[in-house]
Amino acid sequence: MPEQLVFAMEVILNGLMAGVLYALVALGFVLIYKASGIFNYAQGVMALFAAMTLVGIMNGQVPFAHLINATFGTHVHDFGWTVPALLAILMTMGVMVLLAWAVQRFVMRHLVGQEPIILFMATIGLAYFLEGVADLMWGSEIKTLDVGLPQGINLWIDESTFNIFGYGFFIDNLDIVATVIAALLVAALVAFSQYTKQGRAMRAVADDHQAALSVGISLNFIWIMVWSVAGFVALVAGIMWGTKSGVQFSLSLIALKALPVLMLGGFTSIPGAIVGGLIIGVGEKLFEFAIGPLVGGATENWFAYVLALIFLVFRPQGLFGEKIIERV
Amino acid sequence: MFYREAGDFKTSYVDDNQTFPIKFDRYRYYVVVAVAFGIIPFLINDYWANALLLPFLIYAIAAIGLNILVGYCGQVSLGTGGFMAVGAYACYKLMTAFPDVSMFIHVILAGGITAIVGVLFGLPSLRIKGFYLAVATLAAQFFLVWLFNRVPWFYNYSASGQINAPERDVFGIIITGPNAPAWATYLFCLIFLAVSALIARNLTRGTTGRSWMAIRDMDIAAEIIGVNPLKAKLTAFAASSFFVGIAGALFFAVYLGAVEVGEVFGIQKSFLVLFMIIIGGLGSIFGSFAGAAFLVLLPVVLKVVGADWLGWPTDIVAHLQLVIVGALIVMFLILEPHGLAQLWRVAKEKLRLWPFPH
Repeated sequence: MPEQLVFAMEVILNGLMAGVLYALVALGFVLIYKASGIFNYAQGVMALFAAMTLVGIMNGQVPFAHLINATFGTHVHDFGWTVPALLAILMTMGVMVLLAWAVQRFVMRHLVGQEPIILFMATIGLAYFLEGVADLMWGSEIKTLDVGLPQGINLWIDESTFNIFGYGFFIDNLDIVATVIAALLVAALVAFSQYTKQGRAMRAVADDHQAALSVGISLNFIWIMVWSVAGFVALVAGIMWGTKSGVQFSLSLIALKALPVLMLGGFTSIPGAIVGGLIIGVGEKLFEFAIGPLVGGATENWFAYVLALIFLVFRPQGLFGEKIIERV
Repeated sequence: MFYREAGDFKTSYVDDNQTFPIKFDRYRYYVVVAVAFGIIPFLINDYWANALLLPFLIYAIAAIGLNILVGYCGQVSLGTGGFMAVGAYACYKLMTAFPDVSMFIHVILAGGITAIVGVLFGLPSLRIKGFYLAVATLAAQFFLVWLFNRVPWFYNYSASGQINAPERDVFGIIITGPNAPAWATYLFCLIFLAVSALIARNLTRGTTGRSWMAIRDMDIAAEIIGVNPLKAKLTAFAASSFFVGIAGALFFAVYLGAVEVGEVFGIQKSFLVLFMIIIGGLGSIFGSFAGAAFLVLLPVVLKVVGADWLGWPTDIVAHLQLVIVGALIVMFLILEPHGLAQLWRVAKEKLRLWPFPH
């Protein structure tokens, strides 16, 4: 088999893995959009916030230590204990639920009935706010996150592909774990929205706020729940990306990676987010592999957007989006 | 008492159509212009020019541009940073290629080139709407920044990949480069701002502006009553990008002098200008000024209060600034979705009746 083809196959495999991670972030967007019609730009920052909180709790950091020290002249830094990963994850989840409640109580409740674009901009404001709070709470330096996920090259794949093609593929264990977790997460989300009472209520709210209200569904509760679920997805995405590349500001930029995925898949479709993520992941890796060297590299920054843009011109509602019907 | 239209009779069409129909408004406007052109240039020094006035003037131009697109035509754009970069690089290429031509012409041409690029990236808006369009404009943002980073022709093959503004003058007065006097750079930007505001104001209350607003309010209905969406949307993209391009050119050539594209014209810049028009008021020229002034002042005030008075470390101040900006945006959207401009309008209504409110 020609060498280039084998390389390309490896690139595709890695692209698929990266695509899963994009899809993971995109899922959070889709959930909130479906349930409340809000395009939540803060999803990426929520992932950052979750990851930072997780690291902070695990290391026993004192929240707002920097600010407290500056205001009162004290020198507190950490409690001097460490928390096991699983417990820390649960505690972080608690923080995310609190956050969901606060967002619902202080922001979204006051913006009911506003135009979607106003809501979108409110979430941009929220993103800034959260980013500042996260930095104030836990400090802005780069942190490493280790919750015990396997990392490094997968030797089994390396060996078996070496036997077949004469060239060992480099696949990160973490990516494989991420793929499995993402698949489980999607299955769980689908099951949740199809078979549980709350899930059905959520879909009812997504369909029609007024009608849902009139049959006795509490909008407040559903929205808090949706934001909590989105917070949970953000936490999972934050753990994956944080383990992969360290917990730092650039983590919040994965939101920007997820946007073209959403456009491609359609804002309202969970399978769309998955398929879109895979297409973008493979597409940008392949493009960088094939065309990148010719035009100076780093095409990953914009390729996804341009691909989505071209795609949208032909199909404005995305791959799986609901057909746009317009009336006067 | 003093702010009312009683006794201010219009006797001709020209009177009736003027920009500021109320006498007090008009005088206020004359006073502001007189102070800006006649007094400030004599008082200005480098600190005031670089910390407050130049960024304010330049961001105000950018905000006017973005407001035309988002506030008047309803096409949300997140590509402002990219378009500012087009203006900056166009200006740089023109400055280095034609050193003898006046800076005025360079900046205007840079605006024109940006307008063409803007129309190009505006084309998808005919098919894509709402959020999808907002995300699509991000394609412009990332692609343009990448382009200026990677293609050496744009930065004249300089080793650092930066662009540096050479020294250029207008009528013998140095405008760009480190030796430019503060008053000259200030006046240069002020002229552009004044003319931009005048053009924008008159564009938005004429036929073009009305068709933009029709598209914004409901594009299908507008199409049915005979507004050409192709023309309306593309002119909005062109006019908007023109102003944004001018702002980018001034930002690079007059204000910063040296630019590394990813840092200066990144996505943060797009959001900053967007916040300016949200806080200032969508669909209002005055709002563009107010928003730009507010967001230029805010970090300076926070820095003075936090770092200089309270003695906090600068990183805490920087983080607090994020928190405050974020909270302010959310608060504005909740309390007054139409921004500072609406507060001003309400204040004017009150002033009209003052001191007898009934």
